[in-house]
Amino acid sequence: MTKTIHRVWKYGDNINTDVIFPGKYTYTINHDPAQLARHALEDLDPAFAAQAQTGDVIVAGRNFGNGSSREQAVTCLVQAGLRAVIAHSFARIYFRNAINNGLLAIECPPVVDCVETGETLAIDTTAHEIHADGRVFAFAPLPVAVQAILDAGGIVPWLSAQV
Amino acid sequence: MVSEFGSGEYAKLARLCQPMAMRFMPTLTEQILARAAGKSQVAPGEIVVIEPDVILSHDNSAAIADIFAQLPHKRVKYPERLAITLDHAAPPPRPKHARNHAKIREFARVQGIKQFYEVGRGICHQVLCEEGIVGPGMTLLGADSHSPHYGWLGAFGAGIGRSEVAALWATGQLWLRVPETLRINLAGSLRRGVTSKDLALALIGELGADGAAYMAVEFAGESLANMTADSRAALTNMMAEMGAKSACMPPDDTTWRWLGDALARARPQDGQQRLELFAANALYPAADAQVAREHTIDLSEVEPLVACPHATDNVLPLSEVAGRRVDVGFIGTCTNGRLEDLAAAAAIVSGRKLRRRLLVIPASSLALRDAAEAGYLTTLLEAGAVIGTPGCGPCMGISMGVLAPGEVCISSANRNFRGRMGEPSAEIYLANPAVVAASCVAGELTHPADL
Ligand code: SF4
Repeated sequence: MTKTIHRVWKYGDNINTDVIFPGKYTYTINHDPAQLARHALEDLDPAFAAQAQTGDVIVAGRNFGNGSSREQAVTCLVQAGLRAVIAHSFARIYFRNAINNGLLAIECPPVVDCVETGETLAIDTTAHEIHADGRVFAFAPLPVAVQAILDAGGIVPWLSAQV
Repeated sequence: MVSEFGSGEYAKLARLCQPMAMRFMPTLTEQILARAAGKSQVAPGEIVVIEPDVILSHDNSAAIADIFAQLPHKRVKYPERLAITLDHAAPPPRPKHARNHAKIREFARVQGIKQFYEVGRGICHQVLCEEGIVGPGMTLLGADSHSPHYGWLGAFGAGIGRSEVAALWATGQLWLRVPETLRINLAGSLRRGVTSKDLALALIGELGADGAAYMAVEFAGESLANMTADSRAALTNMMAEMGAKSACMPPDDTTWRWLGDALARARPQDGQQRLELFAANALYPAADAQVAREHTIDLSEVEPLVACPHATDNVLPLSEVAGRRVDVGFIGTCTNGRLEDLAAAAAIVSGRKLRRRLLVIPASSLALRDAAEAGYLTTLLEAGAVIGTPGCGPCMGISMGVLAPGEVCISSANRNFRGRMGEPSAEIYLANPAVVAASCVAGELTHPADL
């Protein structure tokens, strides 16, 4: 069963890494799960860190994660329980960081206008489909070599398994 | 495999000699990536594996070392390819940052990392250029989003995350998607008082913060010849704010002269040899290189611009925002902290007194030394400016000069995101260094010509 149901947090365009995880913590909060989760989206939406539940997803507009290369902008969301970010488009370093930490980063523009915060959608990772608002939206699969990294849970487990 | 040539060794050779069903007019980026991937050519969208010539990291090296420790690899594969600077929280403002530095020093010692630069040497991107580590045709992957910077030298630079740098330390290799290219043709010349920072802001304002997402930007046009080395670096650096994967331009006389000087100074023993190696390695775009998109900008129409809070593409003409309140100014960063920028600021404040605080942080110890020698520091100090240790300063909200709640900063940096300089209620305007200096003299957003 690869179809899973998720609750949505909806945000706009250009949600940059400084508002996802402020730069001032970049060298003091690195791996501590509780601290990462506590500061997730701190300068964008304080409700997120307080109320996010395991399995939630973010749905956002264009260029999600632009700005810094800081990987905590991905891992803070993972630690907050987030399963996926579905966006109109991603900033490229963020997209890579997501794959490298096992976070689904799905580009699927038409979904973005169909859901609001608090609503639910379903993701089918086998069929590469998103079910939302009574409709079905297809998204492009990753290149095989890249999908393998995501499936392993990120680049560290993937690389460890290669040796 | 059986082909019209049969199935023997000869057939293999014949297949290799056949023209591939691909175009033969590669961009500079495609040529660099093809060579790095060990292929005769590459096409946009293709996934390639490269072994980058340089692997950059900075204060984040402590966290990367933690990730590296999770991998089965005990030793760094190519220690001679790593370059590490201590610049982001430098000098360390808190014990935790100092501990990070200590850990990085130890890592560099144990792993034999020779390209290691201490607190005060300067910002990674400036230091790696000055030290002759990156040259034309080379590839750099860095744990820093402004890694497109190196394109001003005709190199390929792209930013990646910490885990990928740990993987690179371990294996020396990483996958990349060959980007489509956006060629930006520069026509005409910039007017007096208009800089490459304004040009960058004009492009970002027009094309948007994702205007070059996933793409390689390549600058072209005769106007490039008139652009100084420092201005070029500011331009490729800022393309990160347009979502570019990389940004480059072909090396020319200015590039070679700058590299010759840098190598003679940084490597008196083998600088000449390295310059010859760079020359042999240099690549140039095919005359009619095919690109996915093209954009032409007339430099003579660019005016002084300002990126307003809280987005780099929220760009307005300075004339429209002149008179707005300013509490503090910041001149520095990998975008505009070089000698040319310090000279521009000194020229503005010369003989004047600042009405607002102005923090000046040279991008490197060399920029600091040269600015001291040229008398710029004296001029800045006499006007009332504060000089900081070369490094990133308050650019990302960690050290020296972070903002108070509600403060308005005019900055020569590259990012004005909410909270970027430490305080989410503060506002950051981005402009060229002369505009920053003039605004601190006047006490409000001001065009230097209006002082
Ligand atoms: S000066 Fe600012 S943008 Fe440049 S490397 Fe340092 S923190 Fe990043």
